[in-house]
Amino acid sequence: MANVWDKVETRVYESRIKIPYAWQAGETASHFLLSLKNETKFVGKKCTQCTKVLVPPRKSCPYCFVETGEWVDVSDEGVVETYTVVRRDTGILPAKPPFVYAVIKLDGADTGLLHIVGEVKPEAMKEGLRVKAVFAKERTGRMLDVEYFKPV
Amino acid sequence: MDRAAIIGIGQTKAGGRMKDFNYAELLYPAVVAALEDAGITIEDIDNIVTTSNDFWDGRTISSMATGDVSGAWDRNISCVEGDGTFGAFYGMCRVLSGVYGTTLVTAHSKGSESVSPYITNAAFDPIYVRSLGLDMVSACALQARRYMNRYKISEEQCALVSSKNHRNALDNPNAHLQLDLSPEDVMSSRMVCDPLKLYDCSPVSDGAVAVVIANEERTKKLGKRPAWIQAVSFCMDNYLLGDRDLAECAALTKAAKKAYETAGISDPRKEIDVAEVYDAFSYQELMWTEGLGFCDSGEAGRLAESGATRKTGDIPVNPSGGLLASHPVIAAGLIRIAEAVRQIRGEAGKMQVDKDVRTALAHGVNGVAGQSHCVWILGKE
Repeated sequence: MANVWDKVETRVYESRIKIPYAWQAGETASHFLLSLKNETKFVGKKCTQCTKVLVPPRKSCPYCFVETGEWVDVSDEGVVETYTVVRRDTGILPAKPPFVYAVIKLDGADTGLLHIVGEVKPEAMKEGLRVKAVFAKERTGRMLDVEYFKPV
Repeated sequence: MDRAAIIGIGQTKAGGRMKDFNYAELLYPAVVAALEDAGITIEDIDNIVTTSNDFWDGRTISSMATGDVSGAWDRNISCVEGDGTFGAFYGMCRVLSGVYGTTLVTAHSKGSESVSPYITNAAFDPIYVRSLGLDMVSACALQARRYMNRYKISEEQCALVSSKNHRNALDNPNAHLQLDLSPEDVMSSRMVCDPLKLYDCSPVSDGAVAVVIANEERTKKLGKRPAWIQAVSFCMDNYLLGDRDLAECAALTKAAKKAYETAGISDPRKEIDVAEVYDAFSYQELMWTEGLGFCDSGEAGRLAESGATRKTGDIPVNPSGGLLASHPVIAAGLIRIAEAVRQIRGEAGKMQVDKDVRTALAHGVNGVAGQSHCVWILGKE
């Protein structure tokens, strides 16, 4: 029996949800972001219990469930823990592929920071590579105030 | 404590861009099939838990849009945001509360209707991470590299997993992709985010699934081929990727250990007859088989090479083809439960493993790069 729906044309409704948000960074993240902007410096927060230095800083420790304590300056240099080379353009990338994302453990920090590694050929990337932050000339107090990290 | 069982399962064939249904219409036949499978009607359902994600659906309070096709009109309905295994966990808890005798749990996804990197990018913290443009694939690539480097897992071993699962899917009438892929085909597919190649990644699929969970009394009254829930456990790791040891799946190890304790399982590799795990990427099946204790840390590559995880092996993993063949986000974990039930009943057709399945494991993941894991142990008794 012929399917009566065979000749039915289906419609597609194309749309886009655009909703403005104003996410408050809060005092902890604000201090971190303003340190990037004003002093080109990374700061972390030290947990009063496990003594881990959290970078990026958090108001409470994700491991210990207690409020973190003092602010600690950490280096703008660190080590690549893992990385990937982005090969496809998803439409939301901050750079033209191919480029490198990495988890970077800054000297003096106990957690990894996600960022971009530039001035490097993809095939030269490896775990353990030492990298240093390259700050943007125009800084506005956001993560991309660090343009990327480059091999030392 | 009271016991609970899964007494009905229903599923649609997963696919690419399904243009003949909207997402609610896609879910309806899965619900009807689950009730039919249980041999009951909607009148036998005491409450409903839908599982959905507003971003994927493009609609806020998306559970409200699937209520009517889940038979929820004039009934109690609640929603879980996240993978279907977590929705089923909540559904089971409602049954075990003593208030409800049966719960219908549904999950659906039409991933084809949106742009997945935009959606998974929104899973990241807007202040610290999102502007970097990461998505699920690039984040999981960071995890893959970390895991593969620490344990010397090769890309070839990952390709074996993808080939196995794609070929298993040839026997799965509900699979989205039915591709006879060799390990070489996987190896020669284009690089997406090193070390992940196209066929190391699951597709974005449309699909829907529903299950009926009943307490002991109602199972004995209604259940024709119940799969008893012997244990469920879940555990979560930290949110920011930089806080986690990405080479390990500590949350899964913990969830599995707890589930095994509850189910009285001391040697999972021997005592579990078949496992359906959340292989969103080929390396993840390897990581998860380690986390589930089927082998030691770092041994999953060799386990795959030995053939042990094939349909004919001693610990078959994803005889359905897993997520690598069909990945309707949200529904994927609940489909693992449905596939485990099929295996226990001996009704998995050509997917059926060649042994008496007394105990089956189903596994779901929520969050980026396996942040949260849910482990189900189902059994004949």
